Amino acid sequence: MSLIEHKPLERRAAPSEQGRIMLAHGGGGQLTDELINHTILPRLGNADLDELLDAAEVTLVAAEVALTIDSYVVQPLQFPGGDIGRLSICGTVNDLAVTGAEPLAIALSMIVAEGFDRHLLGQILDSVRATADEADVRVVTGDTKVVPATAADGIYLTTAGIGRRIGPRLHPRQIRPGDRILINGPIADHGLAVMLAREMPHVQSPLRSDIAPLNSLIRRILEDVPTVAFMRDPTRGGLAGVVAEVAQRQKLHVTIDERQIPLRPETWHAAEMLGLDPLEVANEGKVVAFVRPDTAEQVLQIMRDHPLGREAAIIGQVDDDGPPVCEVLTRIGGRRVLHKPYGEQLPRIC
Amino acid sequence: MCLAVPAQLVEVDGDQAVACLHGNRLSINVSLIHEPRVGDWVLLHAGFAIQRLEGTDLEETWAILEDLAAAAAEEGGDP
Amino acid sequence: MSRRVLELQQVIQRLHEVAPRLGRTARFMEVCGTHTVNAFRSGLRSLLPDNVQLLSGPGCPVCVTSQGEIDRIIHLATQPNVILCTYGDMIRVTGSTSSLADARAAGADIRVIYSTLDAVQIAVGNPHRQVVLAAVGFETTTPATAIAILEAERLELDNFTVLASHKCILPALEALLDSGKVQVDGFVCPGHVAVVTGAEVFRSIVHRYRLSCVITGFEGPQIAAALLRLTELRLGGMPRLENLYPQAVSPEGNPRALAAIARVFEPVDAVWRGLGMLPESALGIRAAFSEFDARRRFDLPEHEPPEPRGCVCGSVITGRASPDQCPHFAVACTPAHPIGPCMVSSEGTCAAWFKYAAHPRRRAPSPLHEQEVPT
Repeated sequence: MSLIEHKPLERRAAPSEQGRIMLAHGGGGQLTDELINHTILPRLGNADLDELLDAAEVTLVAAEVALTIDSYVVQPLQFPGGDIGRLSICGTVNDLAVTGAEPLAIALSMIVAEGFDRHLLGQILDSVRATADEADVRVVTGDTKVVPATAADGIYLTTAGIGRRIGPRLHPRQIRPGDRILINGPIADHGLAVMLAREMPHVQSPLRSDIAPLNSLIRRILEDVPTVAFMRDPTRGGLAGVVAEVAQRQKLHVTIDERQIPLRPETWHAAEMLGLDPLEVANEGKVVAFVRPDTAEQVLQIMRDHPLGREAAIIGQVDDDGPPVCEVLTRIGGRRVLHKPYGEQLPRIC
Repeated sequence: MCLAVPAQLVEVDGDQAVACLHGNRLSINVSLIHEPRVGDWVLLHAGFAIQRLEGTDLEETWAILEDLAAAAAEEGGDP
Repeated sequence: MSRRVLELQQVIQRLHEVAPRLGRTARFMEVCGTHTVNAFRSGLRSLLPDNVQLLSGPGCPVCVTSQGEIDRIIHLATQPNVILCTYGDMIRVTGSTSSLADARAAGADIRVIYSTLDAVQIAVGNPHRQVVLAAVGFETTTPATAIAILEAERLELDNFTVLASHKCILPALEALLDSGKVQVDGFVCPGHVAVVTGAEVFRSIVHRYRLSCVITGFEGPQIAAALLRLTELRLGGMPRLENLYPQAVSPEGNPRALAAIARVFEPVDAVWRGLGMLPESALGIRAAFSEFDARRRFDLPEHEPPEPRGCVCGSVITGRASPDQCPHFAVACTPAHPIGPCMVSSEGTCAAWFKYAAHPRRRAPSPLHEQEVPT
């Protein structure tokens, strides 16, 4: 079966898209071909993926290559501001970007539960494609497996990405006393939007996930400010996870100022209602940057000039001495220690 | 022990109401409130309005603090 | 009188001015997990004068739930055909051997709910399964359980039951004070319990034990204001009941909430973690509603395992020890692997110390030293 003849079908859902995924769709036979040709390639297709080879070839001009992989199991699959497809691209693109690498290519693996709605699968793949286009990266190879309905909860996506280093190597070891800490916008929107959608679907909330590919923002920073020490995307564990880990692992005293941390009032109120600390809630479109003090204003301006950094702020600094913990300067002018969060975030009433 | 947040009633229908917390709207039970009305501020705990609030301003606390100090100075302790 | 609006800084400053006149260390006890957490989270603890100490009493309903009771909840969750509904607070709390999180990982159907009426809806939607609501909480939370039971009765549900572990705060305070082991100079009283019970419920503490009680809300500044009043009252020498939270708390409480509690519940004896058996300290479901009482509908293990060895939670709950005085704290006993009750809930005293204070073996950061604002 030639792939070329399916080109005219581009972006048109096949009649079978109304149906459900069956085990045979993952069996490697004709139904798998049908799924690939009618549902996957019309959405994700490109010169590499269309070849359907066992491995895609990626031409590298750089000697140093970054490689990352992540799996996505979010529930609900669609949430305000995004879906699992967008998440699977942003997560991997951002993991590459914060290490100072420009994403080159992505491999996508899908594990789909038998009976999964095919129309929804199409929507998720549309989102994968749109997000990949936004991040200017291609899905060059992939795999699909179908498992019995009881063995998986809908769909799981795994993406691996390779990237080319575009600036200096970023590593937490390079963080020094005096460094300033920046973030590109309001925290906690993603985790709270997803939690509300999952745990309290009857709540009508203006909260939307901040999910976005950060590579263009980060590229601009690294092009202009090669002395950036370290960056990380504060996903699970939130901002607290990033700064507490830096303090603990690098044995540095870090202070962040709660009054400077961007936080939308509607997000704060939702967090209060659920008993969650916004500092511990996941983000998917945020980067925390540790930069030299003399470049802090410049990095801040670069962030604010970018659509994903309009509300960027300098939120803290690495101190000259003190115990290896992160302290928060609170709204009322007090102090407290910030630890890495435990893990599962649950709404509480006490 | 008991997390409760102020919310404003934007719809009331019998024992059910819609409460708004800075744009987050959720259905809550108002059967513990006497004659709930749209516009009322209530204290929301685990999906229930447990009290109508007479004010939500933290500044109130300071004013009360002053009044209490004055009253204690005048009256002395509880008998 | 013109109402002067004070800034928090002024309250803290006034507290620093009056505290030295105490001539000793004053120990005020809060009895609410949310007070415990917010005193840390807001940074208030770091701003207090050295001789004004804030102790955490038995105010976390999850922490004071006995291991035997947790075991009973887990037992229910692992019964065939049962959906167990619980507040998120309870998921990680360990009984004598395991937690609901463990049971869930082993396949139990455990649903985290936000409102008790969510559990009723789950029962409506699953008519062929038994839905059990594990209901914990002090007086603030009890009315919600009462309403759920009344709603289940109205809907004539035969697959909805409640394992009620509701406790009352006053008997715990009295037990603490009667034990004679606790030295406190006054109480920061829980504003949201008082919303339901009314402020007057605490007057017996003032009368019987000659200790001031100040009811307040949960923001850092509100807790600060309560500590200032308690300090001033201690200096004045005459104990008083004061209400710093009149926006929400009336002298008599919420009559509808109290009526709902009284209709469905009656006082019963209960075992408290850290305090032991306290007579008439909890609320059990009245016989008239026995069809909704999981204790009557299910065969439950009755054992009460002994408190863990070497754990000083009993002293922490009663304000006689701080968490860092326990040999297990932050070493063997952590939120991920709690040994004692104070570590099991995020509102517990030890968990709050673990989360918000520097540790192990380090004091919280000293107050009010140079506050360099990083910009």
